[in-house]
This record gives sequence, C-alpha cells and structure tokens, in this order.
Amino acid sequence: MNYVIIGNSVAAVGAIRGIRSVDLEGNITVISRERHIAYGRPLISYLLGGLITEKRMAYLPEDFYENNRVNLLLNSEVVGVETDKKRVRLAAGDAIGYDSLLIATGGDPFVPPIEGMADKEKVFTFTTWDDAAKLKGIAHDIDRVVVIGGGLIGLKAAEGLHLLGKQIAVVELADRVLSSAFDRTAGRIVAKKMKANGIEVLTEETVVRIEGEGGVITGVTLKSGDFVPCDTVIVAIGVRPAAGFLKGSKIEVNRGVVVDDTMETSMKGVFAAGDVAEARDFFSGSKNPLPIWPDAYIQGDIAGCTMAGGEKTYSGGLAMNSIEFFKVSTISMGITNPADPSAYEVLTYQDLENYQYRKIILQGNLLVGAVLVGNVERAGILAGLIREKVDVAPFKDKLLAPDFGFILLPREIRSALFAPMGKVA
Amino acid sequence: MKRIYTLEDVCIGCHLCEVACVTEHSLSKDPVKAFLHEQARPISRCTVEEWDGGVISLSTTCRHCDEPDCLRACISGAIQKNDAGVVRIDTEQCVGCWSCVMACPYGAVQRNLAKKKANKCDLCPDRKNPACVDACPNRALVYKEGSQK
Ligand SMILES: Cc1cc2nc3c(=O)[nH]c(=O)nc-3n(C[C@H](O)[C@H](O)[C@H](O)COP(=O)(O)OP(=O)(O)OC[C@H]3O[C@@H](n4cnc5c(N)ncnc54)[C@H](O)[C@@H]3O)c2cc1C
Ligand code: SF4
Ligand code: SF4
Repeated sequence: MNYVIIGNSVAAVGAIRGIRSVDLEGNITVISRERHIAYGRPLISYLLGGLITEKRMAYLPEDFYENNRVNLLLNSEVVGVETDKKRVRLAAGDAIGYDSLLIATGGDPFVPPIEGMADKEKVFTFTTWDDAAKLKGIAHDIDRVVVIGGGLIGLKAAEGLHLLGKQIAVVELADRVLSSAFDRTAGRIVAKKMKANGIEVLTEETVVRIEGEGGVITGVTLKSGDFVPCDTVIVAIGVRPAAGFLKGSKIEVNRGVVVDDTMETSMKGVFAAGDVAEARDFFSGSKNPLPIWPDAYIQGDIAGCTMAGGEKTYSGGLAMNSIEFFKVSTISMGITNPADPSAYEVLTYQDLENYQYRKIILQGNLLVGAVLVGNVERAGILAGLIREKVDVAPFKDKLLAPDFGFILLPREIRSALFAPMGKVA
Repeated sequence: MKRIYTLEDVCIGCHLCEVACVTEHSLSKDPVKAFLHEQARPISRCTVEEWDGGVISLSTTCRHCDEPDCLRACISGAIQKNDAGVVRIDTEQCVGCWSCVMACPYGAVQRNLAKKKANKCDLCPDRKNPACVDACPNRALVYKEGSQK
C-alpha cells in the first residue's frame, strides 16, 4: 500500500499515527511545501514575541518520522492531483503515485484586494513559521502596526508584536474581537484587557485604503474616514481551505474539500482532513470547515485509520478554543452565540472587575456550549458532557459553579469513569 | 496498562493523596520542607472532590487514555504517550495555552499559574506504585491492570 499525504502539519501527524495504528508495513510519503518539519503553528506568535526559541517550535519527538517510517519530502509543492492516474504532480515536474491519498493542506491566509496595497513593501500575513521569522527579522524597522482582523490570528499577531514593544491598532469589522468563538461579554473583556495594555481596538471598522508613497506605508484610512498612522500592515482576516490545486481533479470542493464521516472525499481512495476539509458539524449535521488544531488532529486520525482499513468514524466537529491574552484565560466551546436564543437556555455569572465570566448554553436537557473567562479550571469536563450528550437536568443549576466537578454528577457516571472495571463503587 | 482507579465509598476526603503527589513531585520529596520552604512547590495532579460537607468524596486523576484528548489538543507537542501507554507533559515544551485543560473530559490537567505550565499525573516514574495510591490510608485508590473506562 502506498499512502501519500499532502501537507505535514497536525492533520498529517494524526493521519500518520492513524495509519500506523493499523498498518505497520505500507509506505507513507508526506509532501510539504514548507521547509520545516511539523511545528506548532499556533506557536508562531510565541516565537515572534520572544517567549520561546526556535528549538521549541518542533511539534514532534526527533525520531518521529524515522520511527513511523515516513518518507518526508520538504520544499515540495503539489500543483495537481490526477485522480484517474492516481498520482499527484509536484511543482518541480515529477509525479508521485498513490493507492490512498490524504489532502491535509490546511488553510491559506485570505487577502482581499485593498486599495493602495499592491506596491507596498511591509504588508504581511501571519500563518507560518517563516512569516514570524520574517517579521522578527525586520522588527527593528517596525514602529507602528495596523492589524486587519480581530480574530484569533490577528490578536495573536498583535500580541507577538506587542511583546516586541510595537504600537498596535487592531481593526475589526464585527462589533467585537474574537466574534466567531466568543460572545459579546467575553469579547469585551478581552478588548478591555488589550486596551489596558496599550493596544488600540477599533471595532465596526475596516481599512479602505493603505496610504503611503512608493513602497513605504504611512498609514491606513478607515471606513469612518479616520486615518491611523503606521508603517506596517498585517492582514489577518482569516484562512481559506488550501484546495486551489485540486481544480480539474473531480474531487468535490465547496468551501473546503467535502468529506464524509470517515474523511473520504467524493472520490474513492482520496481523503481530506484538517483546515482544508469540510466535515459534519457536531450539532447541525451540516458541513463546515472548522479551522482548529484539535479537530485537525482528530480528523487526521480518522482519515489515516480508515485509509489503512481500520474502522473509525467522526462524531462531528465541535468548535473549541483556549486563548490567553495578557494573562486572562478564555475557553469557549460548542454553541456560544445561539442564532435563535429562544430555543436555548443561557446561564451566566459575571464579575467583570476581576475578569471573571461564565456562560452555559443549554438546549433542553443537553449542554451545548460554554464560555469561561478567568477561572477555566477543568473546562474539559464540560466538553465531555457536550460530546457524550449527558442529560444535565439533575445538576443544571450547578454548571455555573467555578468548582464544578464529577461529585455533582450522578453516581453512575462517576463510577463508570473512575471506578475499577466491573465494580460499581 | 496499569491505571489508578477510585473507590468512592471508602474515600474519607482526607486529601492525603494530594499531599503525597505534591511531595513526590517536589525538590526535597519531604512534605514539611516542600510545603514550608519550596517556592516553586508543585501542585497536586490528583483532585479530591467533596460534596455535602465531605459526606461524599472521591479522588479523580488522569485515565492515561487510549486516545488522549489532551494530546490531540496540545498545540506544542508537549504531551506525548509513551510505548507503555503513559501520557506525560514535557514541562519545558509546554507554553501554558491550556488547550489540554479545555479538552480533557476527566478534568485531569491542572494549571500551575505560578509557572504558567500545565501539569498532570505522570504515574510517578521514580516509584513502583504512584505516591497517591501508597498514601491513601483507606485503600480508596487502586493501581491495577485495566482499561480506560
Ligand atoms: C497564528 C495562529 C495561531 C493559532 N492558534 C490556534 C490555537 O490556539 N488553537 C487552535 O485550535 N488553533 C489555532 N490555530 C489554527 C491551527 O493552527 C490550525 O487549525 C491547524 O494548524 C490546522 O492544521 P492542518 O494540519 O489542517 O493544516 P496546516 O497547519 O495549515 O498545515 C498545512 C500544511 O500543508 C502545506 N501545504 C498546503 N498546500 C500544499 C501543497 N499544494 N503542496 C504541499 N504542501 C502544501 C502548508 O504549507 C502547510 O504546511 C492558529 C493558527 C495560526 C496561524
Ligand atoms: S489528561 Fe485527560 S485526556 Fe489526557 S490522558 Fe489524562 S484523562 Fe486522558
Ligand atoms: S498548556 Fe502546555 S501541555 Fe497543555 S496544551 Fe498547551 S502547550 Fe500543551
């Protein structure tokens, strides 16, 4: 069996382990256009800010590729997939045949056309190790930065640059930062903390023009007409599934590569996982890209296992984010901003002075979402209740307790989780 | 693999498992010295939960899962499962992002806020039995071969 994996990040790693959990013999070839072995992509802001050294970027133990007998091709971009001939074409011209193919190419930063941007030198995106290294390399030449986009990546870039002592303004179209993962209150708490640290947060705003002369930026003009001086612009509006190279392959691509519950695409023998894939949502059942790290791993594992003949199915993508800004911890999971609030029950506790907030979202007797700010201890217990669809009616009123734990759950659940096998304690 | 199981009926909520855990992971491995003098004192990796003024209590700890959610969520690769099945955090590598805290359905990862590092049960690599198991006066903790659930 010849397995070929395009991309070499977390989804690929999940897949390599998934394949090897079933098949110790087959050949695995991993193709990546980056020059690095797998690294912690979310760590690039830590690297930029000087919180970690390059040595700690490595995501895997040194002997991982060798132990799993992976043939790793770095610096190689796949430019096409010929599904009829079962082979992928590389930019360098050669082709590699496969029996089973995994597309794990992640996302590409989305850069909309902005007036005045084309000829400017210091316009960057922020999604790769090399992006962070480039910014770090010219950091002495940066004083003021405008970050376009107040989502996770934008705020992470802002934080990294802030640690280097730069002046930063974040421009966000929505009415708050982190609007996709967090609700209004949590977004406001984070924005408050950012402002307290000298970062400007401009919501319900957008950059209409990048101003300057020649290649040099002098500032940006906003929709409101305001001018924000700066010498560098980071575009962090979001990532789009990196599926452009599949054109003509007959593999169904919607927003991402459409996959079923085993991560197989519309083409038999071709799988997709991670940020590039569009898989079933845990609650709605509709298919969406879910660009988060843990889910990329889980999808990769299912794809790899299935490719090798094992049986594993996806239980649906459950959004979850753990983000810490300026020592305020925030964790969100599931449905945090119900579109139709009347169908849900929402419990909250807040102490904004001390940056503490808890929100629990219920649908009938099921927990479907949570937002925690400040005290995030043991948040995963809530994730478990969501995933396992546990009837929370008997202890609903206790879900807001900061020390919520198993002791408040029915005894059968506790025993099933912690008691010795075959013994109901 | 061998795992730690809990018998809640015989747990008396004395928290000695937590004391033993902190001591085992301290520099001095002496409870008095660790609690009085060690500034960088570790925090316990097992959690004793109590309810109803202590009438019900149990000590919860890591299941060393077959497919650990903590490992899958960890953005730095600090969490690895070794060949024996033990799931450990490499503290050096950890960046304190708390993704593991978010993901672990057993609530078994703690935040050491002083060090900004996550911490969890490592099954005491320097001992035959985990310290918590040996410390429990009521044998409410059992260390034996068994599955995750
Ligand atoms: C700054 C930042 C912070 C983040 N923080 C978090 C966080 O805290 N928590 C969280 O859950 N998520 C976070 N994310 C998102 C997370 O990094 C992604 O969800 C995750 O990396 C997706 O993994 P993946 O394996 O699908 O793809 P990726 O990590 O995107 O990797 C895909 C790889 O494929 C390569 N590739 C693409 N096309 C080709 C081709 N044609 N040929 C060869 N190779 C190709 C790419 O170069 C890349 O190396 C963050 C992202 C960024 C940028
Ligand atoms: S920390 Fe939690 S998820 Fe990780 S192995 Fe232990 S019980 Fe499983
Ligand atoms: S806190 Fe540390 S161990 Fe936990 S997920 Fe983050 S880097 Fe990994």
